[in-house]
Amino acid sequence: MIKVNGNEYEWQENLTVSEMLKNCNYNFPLIIVKVNGELIPRSNYKTQLIPDNAEVEATHLIGGG
Amino acid sequence: MVYSKDFIEDCFAKNPPDSFKILSSSVIGIAGVGGLGSNVAVSLARAGIGKIILCDFDTVQASNLNRQQFRIDQIGKMKVDALKEYLLLISPIVDVVTITNKLNEDNIKLIFKDADIIIEAFDLATEKYMLIEEVIKNFPEKYIISASGLAGYGAFTDLGIRNFGKLYICGDEKREANEKNGLCAPRVAIVANMQANLAIEILLDVLNR
Repeated sequence: MIKVNGNEYEWQENLTVSEMLKNCNYNFPLIIVKVNGELIPRSNYKTQLIPDNAEVEATHLIGGG
Repeated sequence: MVYSKDFIEDCFAKNPPDSFKILSSSVIGIAGVGGLGSNVAVSLARAGIGKIILCDFDTVQASNLNRQQFRIDQIGKMKVDALKEYLLLISPIVDVVTITNKLNEDNIKLIFKDADIIIEAFDLATEKYMLIEEVIKNFPEKYIISASGLAGYGAFTDLGIRNFGKLYICGDEKREANEKNGLCAPRVAIVANMQANLAIEILLDVLNR
């Protein structure tokens, strides 16, 4: 089990950030992801594994300034 | 313009005790000087930041005046020049560097090399993302303070700060600039000042502890 923005999701072996985003239906292009307190660069989304019991936070950027 | 030591002391006499030395030797880079960036710059200049790097390739437009720190008589001027003029009239010590190149992955490294903290103050989400990515890639040690979700009015208690390592995001993360919400001075300035307030906190409590 992992927590993404406070909601629980199933964990599976070799779960990557990309797969996690897909499972959670987070399909925004401009998304920022933190796994157990660590910011994950976008270039690592396909390779970075999420450990079981991880706390994940994700947000997508929106315009205005 | 050269000011006397006594005058400079008077200007910052009401600041938090012992903050002057740290703030006056700090460098802040601001990417975009529209609604967010112009307000951040004014607050940081008032707080006594020593050097502010302003980056923006735009000129002042009439439609900027509802929320940005510009005046009717500055319409048509480069934003960074108009803002520099104002900052130099606010702070006797601030050194303002103006950059009118569009920021991209190649020049960011050079432009923000000396910045202690980088303020992301762009309008478009794609540009916000590009800057954050480049800063994380090129300057993993630097703090970056971004803003996301500041359109409209009211909804003060929805505003917050989220922390992703050395990246901070100020705003409500949901109210986007669009025709329905619009952008309005108070809420833009609140979020800009959340960014400025956080920058001061990081300088005083984290980087110079």
